[in-house]
Amino acid sequence: MSQTNKVIEMKGITKEFGNFRANDNIHLDLNKGEIHALLGENGAGKSTLMNILSGLLEPTEGEIWVNGNKVNISSPDTANQLGIGMVHQHFMLVDKFTVTENIMLGKEKHRYGFMDQDSAEKDVQELSDRYGLRVDPKARISDISVGMQQRAEILKTLYRGADILIFDEPTGVLTPQEIEELMEIMQSLVNEGKSIILITHKLDEIKQVADRCTVIRRGKSIDTVDVATTSQQELADMMVGRSVSFKVDKKPATPKDPVLEIKNLTVKEARGYDAVKAIDLEVRAGEVLGIAGVDGNGQSQLIQAITGLTKVDSGTIKLAGKDITNKKPRQITETGLGHIPEDRQRYGLVLPMKLEENMALQTYYQKPFSKHGFLNHKEIKEHAKRLIEEFDVRTPSEEHSAASLSGGNQQKAIIAREIYRDPALLIAAQPTRGLDVGAIEYIHKRLIEQRDNGKGVLLMSYELDEVMNVSDRIAVMYDGNVIAVVNADETNEKELGLLMAGVSLEKAHEQVAESKGKEKETVADTK
Amino acid sequence: MLTQNNNRLNNLMVPILSIILGFVFGALLMLLFGYNPITAYQAMLDGVFTSPYFFGEALRQATVLTFTGLGFAIAFKAGFFNIGIAGQLLVGWVSAIWVALAFPDLPRIVLVTLSLVVGIVAGAVWAGIAGALRAYFGTSEVIVTIMLNYTALHFTNYLIRNVLSTGNTTERVGENASLRIDWLTNLTAGSRLNVGFFIAIIVVALYWVFMTQTTAGFEVRAVGLNPHASSYAGMSAAKNIILSMVLSGALAGLGGAIHGLGTFGNIFTQSGLPNVGFNGIAVALLGLGNPIGIFFSSILFGVLDVGAGFLPNRAGVPDEMASIVIAAIIFFVGANYLIRLIMGKLKSNKQATEGGE
Ligand SMILES: Nc1ncnc2c1ncn2[C@@H]1O[C@H](COP(=O)(O)OP(=O)(O)OP(=O)(O)O)[C@@H](O)[C@H]1O
Ligand SMILES: [Mg+2]
Repeated sequence: MSQTNKVIEMKGITKEFGNFRANDNIHLDLNKGEIHALLGENGAGKSTLMNILSGLLEPTEGEIWVNGNKVNISSPDTANQLGIGMVHQHFMLVDKFTVTENIMLGKEKHRYGFMDQDSAEKDVQELSDRYGLRVDPKARISDISVGMQQRAEILKTLYRGADILIFDEPTGVLTPQEIEELMEIMQSLVNEGKSIILITHKLDEIKQVADRCTVIRRGKSIDTVDVATTSQQELADMMVGRSVSFKVDKKPATPKDPVLEIKNLTVKEARGYDAVKAIDLEVRAGEVLGIAGVDGNGQSQLIQAITGLTKVDSGTIKLAGKDITNKKPRQITETGLGHIPEDRQRYGLVLPMKLEENMALQTYYQKPFSKHGFLNHKEIKEHAKRLIEEFDVRTPSEEHSAASLSGGNQQKAIIAREIYRDPALLIAAQPTRGLDVGAIEYIHKRLIEQRDNGKGVLLMSYELDEVMNVSDRIAVMYDGNVIAVVNADETNEKELGLLMAGVSLEKAHEQVAESKGKEKETVADTK
Repeated sequence: MLTQNNNRLNNLMVPILSIILGFVFGALLMLLFGYNPITAYQAMLDGVFTSPYFFGEALRQATVLTFTGLGFAIAFKAGFFNIGIAGQLLVGWVSAIWVALAFPDLPRIVLVTLSLVVGIVAGAVWAGIAGALRAYFGTSEVIVTIMLNYTALHFTNYLIRNVLSTGNTTERVGENASLRIDWLTNLTAGSRLNVGFFIAIIVVALYWVFMTQTTAGFEVRAVGLNPHASSYAGMSAAKNIILSMVLSGALAGLGGAIHGLGTFGNIFTQSGLPNVGFNGIAVALLGLGNPIGIFFSSILFGVLDVGAGFLPNRAGVPDEMASIVIAAIIFFVGANYLIRLIMGKLKSNKQATEGGE
């Protein structure tokens, strides 16, 4: 590669937070027209490094060269002028604004000094059509799904015309189809001469689109490798520093009495129409029930209704034999519910508070964390230390704010808190979103362990692999209905895919059987 | 740990810089109008710090500001804007005086306690109305507390004219309802500094204990910082809105009662809402919602307030100048963001030069 081919060179980048080194002498270069993956465990320092490149953080040491010139990226604006745009791990969107307003933010279209809303919306629509990123330009951010928020975020960067795009875990919340589309988008962007840095924990995505991959571990760069000649297992081992197993080991389930009984449940959505339509569902003690479905088919509302965060319109929900329909969240929690929420930053954590306080967010009012209304800081701290240790939450100390943790470690903190309470029913919504392969392996093990200890687990995930590997039964949601409940070991990706698209169980069976038959025929033919 | 110390330092820098900038701005303005700022500031400081009487008066003013500041801060921590501190102070004041006048023969300790408690309750109820409306009907607490301010003002004036007296001033409360204590009065050469000052110090400590050591304080902080996560964690939004508003009003009411029993010994009809109410907001913002910060901000504002009296005579400067300095400090606190930006720039320049070496 000639020198001029490099659009970005980061040399010896070090970033310290206090006396903690998040980045330690990291080297990274990006070739023109390349997709360069950045791989590393949770807390390895990937987002920190990219925040430096996009002007949000200043490095403690090191140099950055863009197109052969040494630059000082002092603000996101400077980065923008240099053609660097970043799609952040945690969206930088204004909740109360519409999709269009967010995309235009700072680059508003004017007509005689007035915001030109219509033409802006048209632009967004065009852009969204062009790249196949489905959004509703008029919808408010607070009303749309996490998936659509992310698409808006991606559009925002594209709108600003960046040549060097940084994607910080863009696929965490997308459905398999959407990920496929995004991969195609990235390919076509690269074909147009753009260059991409992709942070992802999903090795198959790296294999699929990336040219090279830089691995960092605990703040240090380990190696940059050619993706084509490196296997997924090699990548994973290099990243974690030990051998990782991808298979979820589990014995067959021994389900007992139901812990969660949902009858005829209807839940209205914010705008007033039915998001969950008179469904029945049951989770038994000692089993993992997976919920599969494309984003926005009522899964979120279903979970919000069970957890008491949304009102139930009609129907009943029973937890551990007690009616919890429209009860307060605290009552429901005390009846025996743990909840790993889908949106970790909105619901799961109070970001500015200390990690140790967040670890006691559900239990601060109980013994031993408080007595007669007074907090016992010592117990709270020790509890946090225990969880940090057991669940390998990476943080300089339990006194740091939750906000200072890396995305994956925030997620691990919530999971730790909820599993540790050992609830009769654990609802895990997208529990491994943003986790590295090592952490995913561990969390899956813990979920199975809950099951084996006779607890119920309700696992909602947009990732089919996860649902299929961890669940015992799978309920597929489509358009607010549970259209089928199948046994995990009797189904396959194809069938689930059809069900998720709204095809009925019999039809899906037929189609899968048919295509299997055809495969056999063609195999026979070639023979 | 280092980052946290750094953060604490940075947090302190904002109010300190605001104060300095406030004084600088005041000085520039004085220069513009042809006054000598050095003489002016000297007059203020000398006036307050060389006379036990005026120093005592400054602390007395600081006492009331501490209560209104803490009151504003507690609602603010929970995410609410209690503009009604002035009105809550007023109802606390009038009810404390009322009790003191109604039961003049009770023993001192009983009467003082009773009057203060009634003042607290009155303030709490007044703010609680806004809290309840917000909690159950979603009514904006800003608008409701503003309206309640005027209600308090006219209601109080009505009481003074028609119930507590027949004119514009009530009788003075008896010795056994007064918060003055002889040694303090003597120590400060007859100033109106009273036992309320010590109550303020105790309340500062209690506020800290409440916020950091109790489950209720934990909830108030959590709700203020992330209402979604708080409701996820089972905290009741309604309960915390009402609780924080009630506590906010209770503190303002206590401030009012102490103002009444300690400073004046009576109440008189007001033409407008008492300034100490609104200055409490400034004190809370300058103190960054930290109880000790609020205490020291109150002392600063007390000194400025009393010192302002010396400007016309000793420096030939109109005493409004002190108000302008106060206003400028508040402005710079509000411009917090600007100051952080400037500090950030300074730091990054430093880093850049260091990196270049
Ligand atoms: N402002 C901060 N103060 C202190 N520590 C911080 C701060 N920001 C990040 N860190 C720490 O730096 C480390 C690296 O964080 P970073 O967000 O870069 O990780 P990451 O590689 O992106 O991880 P993930 O895959 O979980 O997103 C973490 O241990 C985190 O706790
Ligand atoms: Mg990250």
